[in-house]
Amino acid sequence: MFPLSTSTPQPLLRVRHLSTDFVSADGAVAHALEDVSFDVYPGEALGLVGESGCGKTTTMLSLLRLLPAGGRIVSGQVWYDGVDLLTLSEREMRRYRWKEMAMVFQSAMNALNPVYTIGHQIREAILLHEDVDRAAADRRVTELLDLVGIAASRKEQYPHQYSGGMRQRAMIAMALACRPRLLFADEPTTALDVMVQAQVLELLKKIQKELGLALVLVTHDLGVVAEACDTVAVMYGGKVVEYGPADRVYNAPQHPYTQRLLEAFPDLNRPGDSLASIPGYPPRLNALPPGCRFEPRCHKRLEVCAQVAPKLIDVSQFQEAGSRKEDEAISSFILRPSSYKHIAACHLCSGPEAVWL
Amino acid sequence: MNRRDYIFRKFGLAVLTLAVVVVVDFYLFRVLPGDPVRAVIGRNVRISKESQDALRAQFGLDRPLHEQFIATIAQWAQGNFGISWSQRKPVGEILLSKLGNTLMLISLGQVFSIVLGVSLGLFAGWKRKTAIDIGLLSFSLVAWAIPTFWLGIILLAAGSTWLGLPTGGALSPENLGKPFWETLPDRLRHLILPTLTFTIVYLGEYMLIMRSSVLEVLSEDYILTAKAKGMSHWQVLRHHALKNAMLPIVTLIALNLGFTVAGAIYIETVFSYDGLGKLFQDALDKQDFPLLQGAFLLLAVAVIGANFLADLLYAYLDPRVKAA
Amino acid sequence: MSDRWFLLKRNLAEFWRVFRRNKPGMLGAFLLGTAVLLAVFAPLVATRDPRETVRDSSGRPLTFASPAVHAPLGTDDAGHDIWAQLAYGARISLLVGFFAGSLSMFVGSLLGILAGYFGGWIDSLLMRLTDILLVIPDIPLMLILVASVRQLNLGISPLVILVLVIGLLYWTSTARLIRSQVLTIKERQFVARARAIGAGHVHIITRHIIPQVMPLIVANTVLIISTAILVESGLAFLGLGDPTQPSWGTMINFAFSRNAITNGAWWFYLPPGLSIVWVSLGCVLLGNVLEEILNPRLTAHHLEGDEKMVSRAEVSGAEVSSAT
Repeated sequence: MFPLSTSTPQPLLRVRHLSTDFVSADGAVAHALEDVSFDVYPGEALGLVGESGCGKTTTMLSLLRLLPAGGRIVSGQVWYDGVDLLTLSEREMRRYRWKEMAMVFQSAMNALNPVYTIGHQIREAILLHEDVDRAAADRRVTELLDLVGIAASRKEQYPHQYSGGMRQRAMIAMALACRPRLLFADEPTTALDVMVQAQVLELLKKIQKELGLALVLVTHDLGVVAEACDTVAVMYGGKVVEYGPADRVYNAPQHPYTQRLLEAFPDLNRPGDSLASIPGYPPRLNALPPGCRFEPRCHKRLEVCAQVAPKLIDVSQFQEAGSRKEDEAISSFILRPSSYKHIAACHLCSGPEAVWL
Repeated sequence: MNRRDYIFRKFGLAVLTLAVVVVVDFYLFRVLPGDPVRAVIGRNVRISKESQDALRAQFGLDRPLHEQFIATIAQWAQGNFGISWSQRKPVGEILLSKLGNTLMLISLGQVFSIVLGVSLGLFAGWKRKTAIDIGLLSFSLVAWAIPTFWLGIILLAAGSTWLGLPTGGALSPENLGKPFWETLPDRLRHLILPTLTFTIVYLGEYMLIMRSSVLEVLSEDYILTAKAKGMSHWQVLRHHALKNAMLPIVTLIALNLGFTVAGAIYIETVFSYDGLGKLFQDALDKQDFPLLQGAFLLLAVAVIGANFLADLLYAYLDPRVKAA
Repeated sequence: MSDRWFLLKRNLAEFWRVFRRNKPGMLGAFLLGTAVLLAVFAPLVATRDPRETVRDSSGRPLTFASPAVHAPLGTDDAGHDIWAQLAYGARISLLVGFFAGSLSMFVGSLLGILAGYFGGWIDSLLMRLTDILLVIPDIPLMLILVASVRQLNLGISPLVILVLVIGLLYWTSTARLIRSQVLTIKERQFVARARAIGAGHVHIITRHIIPQVMPLIVANTVLIISTAILVESGLAFLGLGDPTQPSWGTMINFAFSRNAITNGAWWFYLPPGLSIVWVSLGCVLLGNVLEEILNPRLTAHHLEGDEKMVSRAEVSGAEVSSAT
């Protein structure tokens, strides 16, 4: 899967200063992503969180170069295993899709072709990238379905004959068909009911551990991230506003938006509290303010916030000593530096500017 | 299980429609003006009232309408459709002899227009809004707006003048009565212009429908999945778009198969092509009711049959088919 | 009342603004507009009476004169001016098409609204009816109906017969379209609210349903009219029009049966056919545009725009290949 080495671990995916625009038919430009950077290490689970329209799905689609018509990646690099994917031709890029990086979509009913059996669609993925005969591919299909807990007898059934949760699991099986090293999951549980959500999440975690996959989980649900992710990147208005190890971000959020998000999360232990929400609306991507994009809704805003866009600040050393211990308790199979950075983009934070290598 | 219910339901509808058509066919020709006795004898022959009544009794025309209906149905069930007044031959025999010619014309025309229409439609939908799409769209819009018979006339004039193609008929006069295979090249030569007319007329329609179907299919999420799997555009079109986009076409093709038998009336008239369409038109001119009645029934049965086949085909192509 | 007028005016201005930008739509409006003008101003535009026999210098009828000899469009086999026939023919073709189309729209909309709104057995009955009607071959049925009604010698103008027959047979697609639209409207809140406050069916239909369905009806009318014009031309070509008031289709019938083709008199059959194409195309373009404005279509599909996806400055020189 990946070499287990004790030397300095390298990220599997390095996104640097990625910016994406959407150009509409009448020429209007919406800046969907600006200067997005993050790392994903082998075996790491990264959560991309934010409200609808914050750019998390666009980020994912940009990495795989699957943007809808009108989408333009205007700057940045996407380093995968030492290759900048954005310099590849379309034909070269296709070799990376599914084989190295696969996706699980939000709505499995729509993402699966209704006129082909599930078995056929998984087999198709295998035969596309691996030089095996049909029988071998078939065996692998059975293996994959078994991995996600679907009986092999269901191979020759059609998507409409599966239940919602089963379909999602089938999608996961299909995504694993070519043994990718990185899995993107776009709101994998949103379309499901609560019981099934838990099942699918458990499955994702199990698979990730067993196969040593890196996972990028795109979601608006903080609970899901808390359950399944090692690292969190919080996005707002097309930018990353906070990024760091999950437990640190949850216990000591630095950005006011993250703080509000966590407050809005109802606490079962305090049922009497009123539900908090964040007043106001997200910024319009074709008319962005010069300063901080969250400023209009921020409860801690300063004067400078409206005028100057905040840079990403490294706030790691200003954590309490206690959080260090939690740091070490994080799963040790993830090969990344133990002193993982925690950064936030806010004028209220102090510290050195974050440096991206 | 679901599929079987669907097929039964469609079969039931086909039978019901056939029943309605049979009733309509019968009453249409009884209610319509035109005295059958007159037509048989000829207009200018004077005939006494007693003779007229005798003839009426002989044809069963003096009995109550519903009795005639039952008698006629019984006859039809046995394949007896009466005697043509203008040709003095059994209607069934006449119909069958002309059917072959029309089928040849229609099959060739449909095959060409389907193959071309589907491929061009796929291409146009894929390359939406490019110059080639706009060109194809314009072509099919114009093809839709052109009256079939007029296109036939233009092609006939141009083809016979500049290319020396036959000016009409299914066959050159000297080849009448010769065995089929011997006359095949001649027949094909006579089919060139009518088939060309046919193809152009239906090509536009198929292209438009296929394009629109392709556009809908290509907007579905499973196309994005296919792309994400690393398929090239061609692979996506071939393996995912084509099958899904063809479903509406299948029903349309089968529907058309039925209607084109009727629509062939125009082409056959222009090219004096000796098929069912021309037969129908002639029978109308001569008020040959038995022939008209039989021809109408045949045409309707063709459409009902084709429709039912389309439903069957659809049931097998789309795994989602359930009884409504 | 004045607010409504103001709202209507504002909506119209808005509509015109969007419409103006759409080139095919403007072209369609131009085509249709010029044809209407030709029809309206026929007596002024045509230099001669269409029934007048044009004579040459020695007093003989100028038959089959080409446009070179007799401007602008030559003469037919009886020496009548073709341009005049064309101009007056516009009146017939457009009027019959318009009335037949409107009748068809009216019947279809009425049935569609009733079926959609009331549902239940009315709906089932209508759906069965349309299923059956769709399957009966249209041309043969129309031929029989028109021919027989004319035989009855009821004194009805052949043109009126055409309007009635076409109008009463082509309502099915409209009915289905309107019905499904009404079904979606019915789901909306304000209908439930109106019922809750005790509004009667008529009130709801006239005040709520019809205004919402109107745009669709208008867009569809134009398309149906173009179909009606084409169908009329076909029936006229087969001889079912009024020879004393020839439409463009009748003109082609004259050309065909009077050997214009063999005489090489292309000016006899080409102009009327072109005129039919002109008008049909105009209607179709206009109708499509109206439909697009009212039911705006999809955004781009998944296989569009791939070539432009990565547009970083550094990469523009490098190989960002096209999408295959």
